[in-house]
Amino acid sequence: MNGKKTLRREPLTDNALLMVIAVCIFTAMYAAAMLFLGGGFLRVQQFFNILNDNAALIIVACGLTVVMIGGGIDISVGGVIALVAMVCTVYMNTEGASIPVAVLIAVGIGLAFGVVQGTLVSYLGIQPFIVSLAGMFFARGMTTIVSVNPQKVALPAFKQLMATKLEFPFLGYYGKKGNLIPARLELGVVVALTVLVVMAFVLRKTRLGRNFYAVGGNPNSALMLGINVRFAKFCTYVISGTLAGIAGFVLLMHTGAGNATNASGAEMNAIASSIIGGTLLSGGVGNVFGTFVGVLTLATIKAIVPASGLTEPWWQSITTGAMLCLFILMQSVVLGMRGKGKRQKQ
Amino acid sequence: MKKQTGSGFGNALRQLTVPLVAIAILIVFNLIRDPAFFSVTTTVNNTGRTVLAGNLISIINGASELAILAMGMTLVTAASGGQDIAVGATAAVCGSVFVKVLSSGASITGLSILIAVVACIAAGMLCGLFNGTLVSVFKIQPMIATLILFTCGRSIAYWINGGATPTVSSPIVTAIGSFIPGVPVPTPIFIVIFVGLCFGLLFRFTSIRLYMQSVGINQRAARLNGINPVVIKMLAFVLLGVCCAFSGVISVSRLSLINHETILLEIEMDAILAVAIGGNSLGGGKFRMAGSVLGAYAIQALTTTLYAMKVPSTDIKAYKAVVIILLVVLGSPVVKKAFANLKLKWAQRSAKGAEA
Repeated sequence: MNGKKTLRREPLTDNALLMVIAVCIFTAMYAAAMLFLGGGFLRVQQFFNILNDNAALIIVACGLTVVMIGGGIDISVGGVIALVAMVCTVYMNTEGASIPVAVLIAVGIGLAFGVVQGTLVSYLGIQPFIVSLAGMFFARGMTTIVSVNPQKVALPAFKQLMATKLEFPFLGYYGKKGNLIPARLELGVVVALTVLVVMAFVLRKTRLGRNFYAVGGNPNSALMLGINVRFAKFCTYVISGTLAGIAGFVLLMHTGAGNATNASGAEMNAIASSIIGGTLLSGGVGNVFGTFVGVLTLATIKAIVPASGLTEPWWQSITTGAMLCLFILMQSVVLGMRGKGKRQKQ
Repeated sequence: MKKQTGSGFGNALRQLTVPLVAIAILIVFNLIRDPAFFSVTTTVNNTGRTVLAGNLISIINGASELAILAMGMTLVTAASGGQDIAVGATAAVCGSVFVKVLSSGASITGLSILIAVVACIAAGMLCGLFNGTLVSVFKIQPMIATLILFTCGRSIAYWINGGATPTVSSPIVTAIGSFIPGVPVPTPIFIVIFVGLCFGLLFRFTSIRLYMQSVGINQRAARLNGINPVVIKMLAFVLLGVCCAFSGVISVSRLSLINHETILLEIEMDAILAVAIGGNSLGGGKFRMAGSVLGAYAIQALTTTLYAMKVPSTDIKAYKAVVIILLVVLGSPVVKKAFANLKLKWAQRSAKGAEA
C-alpha cells in the first residue's frame, strides 16, 4: 500500500508527460482553428466528423501502440484492414449472408494474422519489421486476388447498420432554413471508444498489460523478473492483428465498399499518431489515450490546412510532415532534458 | 572448429548463403518451368539499334535502382541500427530537382545534364543530412525520423515542379535510361557498377567500413575509441541520399518524365528487404554490401519470374510475401540452431558408427 502511494507522488512519468504535451498542443490547435477559422470548427459536428472519419484509425492505432510498447512494430495493419473489408464485402454480397458471421470473419482474419506474425516474431526470433512487411504484402496481394474491382455491400441489414447513427439534438446546430440538425455520431466511433477504454484498462490494470511495458522497456530485466517475454510479445501482435480486423469492419461500416486501395498508408498514419501521442518506438513507453489524441491531431491538421486557404494539393502532407517534425523534435528535446536532470540527481 | 579457421572466401560464402540460395532456387525453378527463360537474344529496338534482350537482362536492368538503394540502406542499417523509410520519397524529390533544372534551361546539353545531376545529388545529400541530423544529434529512431520525409517527400516533389508531371525529352536523358548508342547493354547496369566501384574504393582506402560497424555494434565503445558516432551516422545518411539521387535519375530517365505519386513507389520496403535477405542484421553492426546487392537482384528475379508466369501485377505481392517468409524462417536463429544441432547429432552418430 505504502509503496504504491510513494509511486504516485513521483513527478510525471515519461508516459504521462508526453501525453500531456500532446493534449496541450491538440487543444491549442483546435482552439486556434475555432478562433481564426470559425465556421465549421465552431460546430460540434466538425469534431464528430473527425471521429467518424477516423474511427478505424483509432482502433488500429491502439493496436499499434500496444505492439510498440512491447518493443515491436507491425506495418501489416493497413493491408489487413483492406483485406478484411474486401472479404466481408464479398461475403455479404453472397446469398444468405448475415452480419454476425461477417464480424466473425473480420475478427478471425485479424486474429490469424496476429497469431502467425506473433509466432514468427517471438518464437522464431525474426525481425518484426520484415515479418509484418511480408504480412502487409500478403494482405495487399490477397485483397486484389479476392477482387480487383471495388465492390459495394448490397446487404439491406448492413445498409441499415451503416445508416444507424447516434443523434445528439442538444449538440446540433440550426441549418440555413432554421431547422435543427442534430450532431450525428456513427456506430464505428462507439466501437472505437470501447476499444480505447478496454485497451487502456488492459494496459494499466492487468498483469499482461503491465508485462508489455516491462518487456518493451528492457526484455532482459523482464526475463529475470520471471516474465514470459516471448508470450507477452506474442500477445502484443495478436492484439494488434485482432484490432486491425475489427478496424477493417468499422471502416466498411463507414465507407460501405470493399476496395483494394482501402486504408492505404494506414500503418504509417497509425505509427505517426502513436508517436504524436507519446509512444516511443524503442518500447516501454506509451499510452492509448495519447494515441487517441494523436489521431485527432493528425486529422485536425488535415482539416485546418485546406480551411485556411492553402488549397494546393501538396500543402496538406507538407504541413503534416512539418507538424510531425515539430512533435518528434520536441519529444526528443524534452526527454533529453529529463534524462540529463535525472543523471545529475544521481 | 574447422568453420572458424575457414578461408576468407568461405566466410564470405557462408554470410551470403541466404541470397545465393534464393537466387539458386529461382534459377532452378525457372529452368524446370521454362528453359528458354534465361535465353539472351539480340533484338532491334524501336530506335533501330541492336540491343541485348531477354529476361536475364531485364532482371539485371530492372533491379538497378533497387541495388543502388540497397547499398546505401546497408550503410544506414549498419551505422544506425534502423532503416530509412523515406528513400522512395527522397528519390522523388531528387528526380523532381533533376527535371526542374533540365526544364528551366533553354536546351538540354551535356553540360546542363551534368549540372542537373549535381543539383540532384545535392538535393539527395540535403535530405540525407536532414534525416541524419534527426537521428544522430536528436537521437530519434531512424524509422520515426524518416517518417517525416516519408509523409511529405512526395508532396515536396509535387511542389518543386509546380503541380504538373513534366517531361524531359532529350537523347541524352533517354541514353541514361535505356541504351547508349552503339552499346548493347542497358546504361543503368553501368551506373550500378559505377556506384558499386565507388563504395568498393571507399572501403578499400578508408576505414569507414570499420567505423560504421563499430558505431552500429556499440556506440559508446566506439566513442571511447575516438570515433564520433554523430559524424559517422550522418555520413551514412548522406551517402544514402546520394544513392537516392542516382536511382532517382535512372528512374526519371527511363520514362523521360516524373510522376511524383508513382516514381519508385514502395521501393523503401524492397530496399530494406534486400538488406535483410542479404544476411545483414537489421539491428546494425557488421554488414556485407554484396549480400544486399544480391538480395536486390533476388527480389527482382522473383518479380520477373512471377510476371513470366502471368501472375497479375497486383497479385504479385501475395506470392512475394510467401517467399519472403520462407526465406526469413530458414534464416531465423531458431531454425539455424536446430540445423546446427541436427548436424552435431549426425556427426556424433557417424563418429560412434566409426568407433563400433
